[in-house]
Amino acid sequence: MRGASPSTENISASLEETAEKYREQLGRFNHRVIVCSGTGCLAGGAEDVYRALVDAARKVELDIALHVGDDPTRTGIFLSRSGCQGFCQMGPLVTIQPDGILYCKVRPEDADAIVRDTLLDGKVVEHLLYRNPATGVRHRGTVDIPFYRRQRRMLLGYCGEIDPENIREYIARGGYQMARTAILHMEPADICDLVTRSGLRGRGGGGFPTGRKWEAALAQPGTQKYVICNGDEGDPGAFMDRSIMEGNPHSVLEGMIIAGRAIGACRGFIYVRMEYPLAVRRLRRAIEDARSLGLLGDHLFGSDFSFDIEIMEGAGAFVCGEETALIASVEGRRGMPMPKPPFPAQAGLWGRPTVINNVETLATVPIILRKGPDWFRQLGTEKSPGTKTFALTGHVANTGLIEAPFGTTLREIVLEIGGGVLDRHGNLDPRGFKAIQIGGPSGGCLTQEHLDLPLDFDSLRGVGAMVGSGGLVVMNHDTCMVQMAKFFMEFTRNESCGKCVLCREGTRQMLALLEDITEGRGTEETLDLLEETARAVCVGSLCGLGKTAPNPVLSTLRYFRQEYLAHVREKRCPADACPALHVPEIDPEVCNGCGLCVRQCPIGAIRGERKSPHTIDRDICIRCGVCAAACRRKAIH
Amino acid sequence: MNQHAESAVKQIEIDGRLVPYDTERSVLEVARKAGIDIPSFCYHSELSAHGACRLCMVEIPDRGITASCTLAPEPGLVVKTNTDAVRAVRKVALELLLANHDMNCPTCSKAGSCRLQELARRLGIDRVRYRRVSETRPLDMSNHALVRNPNRCILCGDCVKACHEIQGIGAIDIAFRGVDSRVTPAFGRDLAESECVYCGQCARVCPTGALTPRSQTDAVWRALNDPDTFVIAQIAPAVRVALGERFHLKPGPTMTWRIVSALRHIGFDRVFDTAFAADMTALEESRELSHRLENGGPLPLFTSCCPAWVRFAEQYYPELLSHLSSCRSPQQMFGAVARRYFEDPARRDHRRLVVVSIMPCTAKKEEARLEKYRRNGQPDVDYVITTEELADMIRGAGLSIDRLEPDSFDLPLGFKTGAGLIFGASGGVAEAVLRCLGADWEPNLQTNRAAFNSLHQNGPLREAEVRVGQRRLKVAVVHTLSQARRIAELVRAGDARWDIVEVMACPCGCINGAGQPSSITAGRGEYRAQALRDLDTFLDFHRPQENPEVDRLCREINGRGDHIMSRDLLHTHYAPRKRHWGISAPVCDAANPVTRVTVCLGTACHLNGSRRLLQDLMDYLRENNLTRHVRVEAVCCMEHCDAGPTVTIDGETIHHATLDTITGILRTRIADRMGASASV
Repeated sequence: MRGASPSTENISASLEETAEKYREQLGRFNHRVIVCSGTGCLAGGAEDVYRALVDAARKVELDIALHVGDDPTRTGIFLSRSGCQGFCQMGPLVTIQPDGILYCKVRPEDADAIVRDTLLDGKVVEHLLYRNPATGVRHRGTVDIPFYRRQRRMLLGYCGEIDPENIREYIARGGYQMARTAILHMEPADICDLVTRSGLRGRGGGGFPTGRKWEAALAQPGTQKYVICNGDEGDPGAFMDRSIMEGNPHSVLEGMIIAGRAIGACRGFIYVRMEYPLAVRRLRRAIEDARSLGLLGDHLFGSDFSFDIEIMEGAGAFVCGEETALIASVEGRRGMPMPKPPFPAQAGLWGRPTVINNVETLATVPIILRKGPDWFRQLGTEKSPGTKTFALTGHVANTGLIEAPFGTTLREIVLEIGGGVLDRHGNLDPRGFKAIQIGGPSGGCLTQEHLDLPLDFDSLRGVGAMVGSGGLVVMNHDTCMVQMAKFFMEFTRNESCGKCVLCREGTRQMLALLEDITEGRGTEETLDLLEETARAVCVGSLCGLGKTAPNPVLSTLRYFRQEYLAHVREKRCPADACPALHVPEIDPEVCNGCGLCVRQCPIGAIRGERKSPHTIDRDICIRCGVCAAACRRKAIH
Repeated sequence: MNQHAESAVKQIEIDGRLVPYDTERSVLEVARKAGIDIPSFCYHSELSAHGACRLCMVEIPDRGITASCTLAPEPGLVVKTNTDAVRAVRKVALELLLANHDMNCPTCSKAGSCRLQELARRLGIDRVRYRRVSETRPLDMSNHALVRNPNRCILCGDCVKACHEIQGIGAIDIAFRGVDSRVTPAFGRDLAESECVYCGQCARVCPTGALTPRSQTDAVWRALNDPDTFVIAQIAPAVRVALGERFHLKPGPTMTWRIVSALRHIGFDRVFDTAFAADMTALEESRELSHRLENGGPLPLFTSCCPAWVRFAEQYYPELLSHLSSCRSPQQMFGAVARRYFEDPARRDHRRLVVVSIMPCTAKKEEARLEKYRRNGQPDVDYVITTEELADMIRGAGLSIDRLEPDSFDLPLGFKTGAGLIFGASGGVAEAVLRCLGADWEPNLQTNRAAFNSLHQNGPLREAEVRVGQRRLKVAVVHTLSQARRIAELVRAGDARWDIVEVMACPCGCINGAGQPSSITAGRGEYRAQALRDLDTFLDFHRPQENPEVDRLCREINGRGDHIMSRDLLHTHYAPRKRHWGISAPVCDAANPVTRVTVCLGTACHLNGSRRLLQDLMDYLRENNLTRHVRVEAVCCMEHCDAGPTVTIDGETIHHATLDTITGILRTRIADRMGASASV
């Protein structure tokens, strides 16, 4: 432990004291301005906004505090950063408390208006408020913005409020008190039992009951056990774990301490991909701060229980999200899955019993301890209690990081939280919904008919999809489902570790077959072979990556078979998204009937009276594109 | 009673049949024992389960399809091995492999014994529906023992595990990921630049033709057909107990004599037995051991018959080289002695002598090429072919070996005692030495029965105390290099308690060498070892000193009744061999050199004065104003450690280099290339 740490007895008593003192200090400020410093907003220029706010405040000599100092007389404005506030599409976001105002798409030049109007005069800057594209109405804040109103931000709530780099902010919200309870007042078996009773299931994709995993590790003999936090979030488009690690790192640490106590582990590892430098930085800071307060290290809270956490940076292999591959990677070996059993809970890291939990799962644990398993069970469905975070994206009005209880329907997510489907021009299209891809490369594609399906682990599995880590991609009618399957197949082909034949060669060949289909070489036999291969890879692969890799193919074959058939039978892409199958069309408005294209067409597919618009016979057109190149008026597309 | 009943019912149901099991690790092993050969590539009884090939899939009712190699048997488990679902997965997996396989099967050295070929046939695959994706990568022909053909690799990982788990070396591993995965030595180098000791265990377990012994049969055929050569063969003990497997014939004396007969038919002028040389080895080694016991060591004495072990020791344990017996291996003793014997032109019909070894081993191929086993540029052993290669030659000659008239070995180098024969199995060399030292060994004599029995076991490390006269000798026998490393570490730490340690790199000894017919059957090693011991019992003599021909040969060679063989024919020396490839530093960086010199500064060459030599060379170049014309580089190391200082000039290697030899060559080179303008 660090030299300057307070004695452990003290911190146990002083958690409340620290919290109380900090809350009291916060209470002196008139306003708190929170600039979202999630990755999305940072990329949108949140740091510039932050600096502009400081400058604007100083310009009008407004007393603006950047830290909660020890000066008890300090009042005025407190400016801080937070993790992801969720509405990434509208970023950079600035929240003003206690007024409950959320400003969207804030630019540095808006800082003067915010300071002058809102902070000094108490007025709202209208043009920075969220405008509902469906109604045209502007909403003041999270309370009435539909995107937030339909969510249940149990986990993400703090993410958008507290300063992730200030441990006192977390402690002020009751942080680390549950770790103390677990260590001082609960037996390991009781903790496992409580988590089991809560019904918490792993948020990383598999949905395995967390309590049972812990019980299995607790039952193993020996004192050398490990807790690993799996932060190797690699699905394209998923950023839930990232947001939690960036926005509320201490909740992850507290969850790990509780897990460590529950199974009797003394060391924990957080495996984060190195593509998340901000998460790594904030976690590292969080660990240092926790150590300096004696919340990590030896004899926590004066007990016999010691626990410390290290960060392992992954090199960016998707497969390292798989437990056994992750363990291999932590051990310094090649990240390749191993057959199970033995399960990590029996023989994991360095052969010792190891519990591996996803970031979101671990961050949920302190909440369950605080509010109790019965409270937790009230959220969600019977088999899948609690809430789940999703990264909502695609052709939908509101994209961002959302959290909803299990059992929420896709319709609520897409139409209410997401605000409806957009057409190709970005306008709301009430009939635009075609499909939703759920669970990333491991998940499946669902259709209109599934919109009222209550989302949970089991219902999704039943229809050929999975929660996965929680990516949700909404698609409109301009999306070709074969292209979509191809996109994910290319991803898994590239990310396959190469160990087992079915995954290594199967993903490669399925991609080749999908290419055949989108490029007009496919036949119905291609579809049969694709399906046969997908089924074999699904049942036969060694690890979860391979077993789920065919899901995008299988689910689209199941729900969009007609679209595949159009590709192979008619050589036509119904969404007109496959360039090789695109039949050129002549715009009658532009065509002047010069006949240049007729002379160039090698197949004689273009007809028309001279000096009047021509047409292309799509049945015989070979899609060579010569006509489009020949047209001087650019009438052919 | 109850417990007994419980253990008696440990069984699982496979395809409706109740199959008992005991210590089997997996359902696959239980099934194989029951005679159901579930297809697989990556499962190997000697290696850890890998679960990569996905061919051994089975169906468990209510649990679905799973790999049987990683499924532990549990009482009452119901397994179905051939359901439609299972067959479908297997077929897809195999077809996928074939789409990425170089399918030039008729020209593959593994054709006929290729597991991929066999399973494609068994699973009824008559075409490959997938796009062909195999790309052609270059072969690794960097050494004389093994060929790596990456185009035939199916990435089952067996070779990698053999190198890691059996030998503890890790010269190869899988690099890159996904479809780019490939088995390769570090940094994409060739085997010759890796830490490979050429034991060939990777090739032994390879189910396809991706790793194969490098064939020399063409060269042997050419020698046999050359009227000016006198070609003699030596057959290692292990060859005779395994060759028959290729012809579905059992080992035994008759089989041995048929092999001799086949060799004569093929055209060998004389057929000799490596076991004769093994008798000599045992004699020499026991002399060496006695000498060390009397003179205080160094002990333990390590045997040196296994060239993979010798290379391993040179690479990893240079400080233990004094523990290695200085005896040549039987192959090299034979080569040297045979050359001396046939020095008399009359004995070889005035033709040129060609010595061909028939070995179970790939490391022997490299051993025969070593500089130290050459005399005036002539290697003692010209060609080394494996058991498999001999089988190919017999087939190539169109011989039905079972219909050949048995024939006997030629004298004198074809006579052996049982001691020389048992060299082929792990424990044999140690036992032969002990027999030579006078230990009672006969099964009916009680003194050392238990001791020898324990040496015959098949554990990775066997120890025994054997009574030899008044002395009790502590003996250890290990096979596989991972075990050898354990022992070597103990010796290095000073914790060794043995007098003699026998090391064989291959599991069970030479009988499981990489040149033997490939077999995935568990227990093949024990079977071949027993066959060798049976052959030993069959012979009249069992102690090496009882071999009358050894004595006679000495007398004949020396020509004056002296029965002591000259030492340099029987002994050798070792040198550290540290693998530092590609380390070089320019010392004299001439812009447009007319000639290039590299001087080795590796440990051995340095000890032989290469640093001084480099300094002198630089002084010479400066004094003679030649630094503009000669590029000089220091390298580490060229692996001619026993012949240092080693220098190369324009790629030509010079051993035992001196300043005079180098400057002599340099002068002519520069004069040749620059004409009179640069007279030196």
